[in-house]
Amino acid sequence: MSLPLTERESPNNAAAKKLVVVGNGMAGVACVEQILRHAPKFNITIFGDETHVNYNRILLSSVLAGEKSPDDIVLNGRDWYEQNKIDLKLGVRIVDIDPVAKTVTGDDGSVTSFDKLLLATGSIPIIPSIEDVMKDGVFVFRNLDDTRSLLERARPGLKAVVIGGGLLGLEAARGLQVQGCDVTVVHLMDTLMERQLDPIGGNYLATKMNSLGITVLLGLSTTAVLGNGKVERVQFKGGGSIPADLVVVAAGIRPNVELGHKAGLEIKRGIVVNDYMETSHPDIFAVGECVQHNGVCYGLVAPLLDQGKVLAATITGNKGPTYQGTILASKLKIMGVDVFSAGDFNEKADGGEMVRYEDPSQGIYKKLTLKNGRLAGVILVGDTSDSHRYMEWLRSQTDLTSMRRQLLFPEASADVGLDVAQMQDGETVCGCMGVTKGTIIHAIHDKGVSTLAQLKECTRASSGCGSCTALCQQLLKAVAPEFEEETKKVLCKCVPFAEENLREILRSQQLKSVQEVLEIYGNGAGCEVCKPALSYMLDMLWCGDHKEDRSARFINDRVHANIQKDGTFSVIPRMRGGVTSAAELRRIADVADKYHVPMVKVTGSQRIDLLGIKKADLPKVWADLGMPSGQAYTKGVRMVKTCVGTEFCRFGVQDSTNAGIELERRFENLFTPHKLKMGVVGCPRNCAEATVKDIGLVGQEGSWQVVVGGAAGKKVRKADLLITVETTEQALEAAGVFFQYYRESANYLERTYDFVERLGIEKVRKETVYATSVVKQDLLGRLRKSKDHSYDAWLERETLNHPTQFLQIKPLEQEEVLI
Amino acid sequence: MNQETCETVWTAIARFQDLPLREGRVVVLGDQEIAVFNLGERVLAIANHCPHKNGPLADGILSGTTIVCPLHAWKFDLETGKGANALSAEHCIETFQSRISDGIVFLAVPSQPATKNEMPATCLDHANGVVWNASSANSQ
Repeated sequence: MSLPLTERESPNNAAAKKLVVVGNGMAGVACVEQILRHAPKFNITIFGDETHVNYNRILLSSVLAGEKSPDDIVLNGRDWYEQNKIDLKLGVRIVDIDPVAKTVTGDDGSVTSFDKLLLATGSIPIIPSIEDVMKDGVFVFRNLDDTRSLLERARPGLKAVVIGGGLLGLEAARGLQVQGCDVTVVHLMDTLMERQLDPIGGNYLATKMNSLGITVLLGLSTTAVLGNGKVERVQFKGGGSIPADLVVVAAGIRPNVELGHKAGLEIKRGIVVNDYMETSHPDIFAVGECVQHNGVCYGLVAPLLDQGKVLAATITGNKGPTYQGTILASKLKIMGVDVFSAGDFNEKADGGEMVRYEDPSQGIYKKLTLKNGRLAGVILVGDTSDSHRYMEWLRSQTDLTSMRRQLLFPEASADVGLDVAQMQDGETVCGCMGVTKGTIIHAIHDKGVSTLAQLKECTRASSGCGSCTALCQQLLKAVAPEFEEETKKVLCKCVPFAEENLREILRSQQLKSVQEVLEIYGNGAGCEVCKPALSYMLDMLWCGDHKEDRSARFINDRVHANIQKDGTFSVIPRMRGGVTSAAELRRIADVADKYHVPMVKVTGSQRIDLLGIKKADLPKVWADLGMPSGQAYTKGVRMVKTCVGTEFCRFGVQDSTNAGIELERRFENLFTPHKLKMGVVGCPRNCAEATVKDIGLVGQEGSWQVVVGGAAGKKVRKADLLITVETTEQALEAAGVFFQYYRESANYLERTYDFVERLGIEKVRKETVYATSVVKQDLLGRLRKSKDHSYDAWLERETLNHPTQFLQIKPLEQEEVLI
Repeated sequence: MNQETCETVWTAIARFQDLPLREGRVVVLGDQEIAVFNLGERVLAIANHCPHKNGPLADGILSGTTIVCPLHAWKFDLETGKGANALSAEHCIETFQSRISDGIVFLAVPSQPATKNEMPATCLDHANGVVWNASSANSQ
């Protein structure tokens, strides 16, 4: 409440007019953001019937898919409301409006008076007339609470039926599938997303969905939900039915105009507004999905923001700007399924023409419709990389006559920066939030913005669907002087290649020793940075079948123990899953006595550490311990921490201990780009902290969540959900696919939490658990091969790598004195 | 080779073939702990104590003729003993001459260990402020 209001007088004074906003969604709050930029000021009250602050509704499908948490999609946190002195009333539904007395009534009985009223009530899901549609197990997918309910119900193996094959239905289907459900989409029409796609485009999309493992049923009218108490089957017109444990109704939305009616406003499909965003009542305004402008009701984000800007001018007495409608554009937000549609794609309109490109083997379909030599509409399936250019042609109505030969084939630009340089200032960069290139340049020059995070905060650019992130980064790179691009760093000056390229070089050139690589591609000498990195790469690339050079390894990997500050070593034997026995503990105690071990310490990883061992004693210590190496000294598989799970715990729902032991057994003795720690817990109480491990398995009733990229070190990061699966074997396999992918794709010394963050969990999923079965089997095959070549390093106590591996040199008997 | 004095003792420490390529080994001669490196066609030797925290240089990774201390990556040139990175630039440690004869590696160790006032020739061109390896200085 204490933030100074520099440019405007405090609105909390009696003279300020009262603005009441009904609806705390994206449209209402975006409009309020615009209103705050104008004078005079209002005392603002916002009513929201949900209990959440304003969030990004278009990312709900990402929450369902586990890619984002509810907190990630918050647009305006509570502090924003406080700073702007907005009275936020959450969980209050406005049920009545008195347009004469100018009051609104809440479902809590409160009556609030207003000078100006803004209706931003959005839309409500259309529930088709289906018998028993309110049965337990049937959901809609419209807000955060719906999403949470769905997440609570969704389980691996459940049969989910999504009624509706539009944008929302398809995104919901994919989200449920990621949660492990077996998903069928039932669509009334013969074409998926028929409002955005023509039949051919719809076919391409259906093929894509099928290839993801989602069944698509077209031209089917759902008539009833069957089941005793809860949903069991879904029945169609004609009598056919399919089994269903869970049903999501996503049959479209309609404007929520109930309050408009009560206020006596003119209403057709939505609340009718003119170009100034005025309704038929001088003090009541409306914005967003609940309005109808020029015969059109919008259900997308960009129009809401355009409308909000105009409305803000009108309502604050700065009437002038007009709303001229928005070109409809939509993008399907399912990774690996690229669909973009904008404008009018019906070529049969007057004077319409069509240009089309198809490649069924690649799943690419592009169609442009033109009218009078100008772009009228576009459909892109399978490759949406040019959506930006087409959007600009639609907006600017550029005469394309001279470009007719290249409409579908843009000249490859030599430099990625060229695209942004060629953009006009007025061109939209972020379609979701309606941010132009000019706005971004202004923010960079005048507000000192130099990072993507700052840009998001300042302009909202790239905070919607995120598809313009690359463009924003290019702009930052081109204009912001302090912008540090994430360039591909070379491994080191000794071998000046990016690691990615280096891996390819080593593979294609069949190089198998570090020295060979240094002599051919480097300075011949190498250093402490590149030598261990190259050692790792060769071991990984050739699955252990390389020419090992211990001189290129750090001392820890020469003697298989961790060097300490005094030159002694620490010894940590392997105790899979943190489980040991009385016999092992006795041997450990005996070793501690026999070698006068200065410290015996229980580690944070459920292991026992013997500190202060002399190098020469290492082989003897290992022999006396009779346990395998715990690899606690290397960039490799460290350990799996487990809880007691169903074995002993009252709350355990999965056998985490044995799953953890098996996980450790499968990956142990392998090297990784950086140390790799794992955890397996038998219930979501997470006692062994699996969600802050590089790889974690979180047991829940009937399923496992496989999570990756967690950290609890210098940085604390909650692991991302990779996939939810039914059986322990599936969980171990998913972990294996990710494990090998990380081994092959991460840079040396890159922990999983940096790796996953750099690539984005969507990409990681796409290339691991959601990759084709060939790709997955290849990854697992290489993992198996590496595992076959790996061995317990402590066995080198018997098969020494070098006779003096652990010993000092003894001078020879002869001595020669020179005079 | 010409710097040897009458006090220098050449000691046979190992057969050349028994020293692993580019990997350090420790040999103790008298009260000197020496790190020995096989660089392919010659052997270089240096006191086995990093002046920073006494790290065992024999356990370091070689970068050409530079050794990198395994504890905190201080670097020293094996030929001169001079510090070879920003961290170690002001420091210098004792090096030992070597020769290979009939496949046997000999190290030259002064019969009287160097004292504070007798810095090895390789270090003398360092300006004032050179920090002499404390362990050798105290070892007499």
